[in-house]
Amino acid sequence: MKIEVLGSGCTKCVQLYDNVKKALALAGKEAEVIKVQDIPSIMKYGVMSTPALVIDGKVKFSGKLATAEEIRGML
Amino acid sequence: MFTFLERFADLVVLRWLGLDVETHLGGALHFFVYDTLKIFLLLSTIIFFVAIIRTWFPPERTKRILSHKREYVGNVMAALLGIVTPFCSCSAVPLFIGFVESGVPLGVTFSFLISSPMVNEIALILLWGMFGWQVALIYIGTGLLVAIVAGIVIGRLKMERHVQDYVWEIKVGDVDVAEQSWSERFAYARDYTTGLLKKIWPYVVIGIGIGAFIHGYVPQDFLLKWAGRDNPFAVPLAVILGVPLYANAAGVIPIVQALTAKGMAIGTVLAFMMAVTALSLPEAVILSNVLKKRLLATFFGVVAVAIMMVGYLFNLIL
Repeated sequence: MKIEVLGSGCTKCVQLYDNVKKALALAGKEAEVIKVQDIPSIMKYGVMSTPALVIDGKVKFSGKLATAEEIRGML
Repeated sequence: MFTFLERFADLVVLRWLGLDVETHLGGALHFFVYDTLKIFLLLSTIIFFVAIIRTWFPPERTKRILSHKREYVGNVMAALLGIVTPFCSCSAVPLFIGFVESGVPLGVTFSFLISSPMVNEIALILLWGMFGWQVALIYIGTGLLVAIVAGIVIGRLKMERHVQDYVWEIKVGDVDVAEQSWSERFAYARDYTTGLLKKIWPYVVIGIGIGAFIHGYVPQDFLLKWAGRDNPFAVPLAVILGVPLYANAAGVIPIVQALTAKGMAIGTVLAFMMAVTALSLPEAVILSNVLKKRLLATFFGVVAVAIMMVGYLFNLIL
């Protein structure tokens, strides 16, 4: 599984990255978590508000912060 | 509508503290207690409902609506959608690229970029709470007008080549926005409201505090000479002063309200408010990532002129 956190360094983007890590720990799963910060790569997904979460190439949500619990349900 | 709050402020100041509202201290304290309660009551309820409405208008959908819209129709729709689409200057860059890359004309994109921060719920609530609904309505109407007209003007100037070149090379993917359930909408609105209140409450309280001080201690008509309707320099000065005050929009209105009571003209107030919300230095820095200097300066210039015209107009007719 490949998880991408899209966002160019805003506070919420950092929090989302942390929450993804927590969600993985909660679920007892392992995955590659990448911060995607450059605009062209973010735009490739059609995302216009950050932070956004992409799991295996699919946009799960954008423009909001999700809790570790919520993310766990998406893994 | 807010008589129960007025009674509560009376109770605190007159009974508990034993002060006379006619005194400086009593007047200032009464203003502070009443206005703080009223503003936070308005803020928390209205931000919550606006946030729920916004869940139907993610920027990805707004972009699709505006794509390939013509001048005029497109500008009007963009200005209106600017009110309901959630926008934060921190994602102005992906928003801008997403818009122009999917065929939203440049002028229409600017109508959106101007209206979205300017006609925002915090400014409206505070104007409503401190100046009454008439002023809040005038602010919405003229704010939309500024966004529409400035967008049309910028569109007519054909400045597409003054957008940073890399913007045109980015390929924007298309994303399907999932329909949200009601519980998701409520959760979003709850988090949004608490997050926003946490961020702005100190500014509001400090703003009301300073407003209360002015209200109680500054003599009547003190500002009539400098900020009254007869001083032609008041409007441009208000616009210039408004630019660096962006982060404190919530704290500025209570101060301005107190200044109005001391003689500042209402057109000047409107121009000031619009400059605070629509023209901000942090946003300029962020937008310089996608706009070359000429276009950035044109954007600021056109909007500033439109705002000043609003200011002069209302100083004339009100």
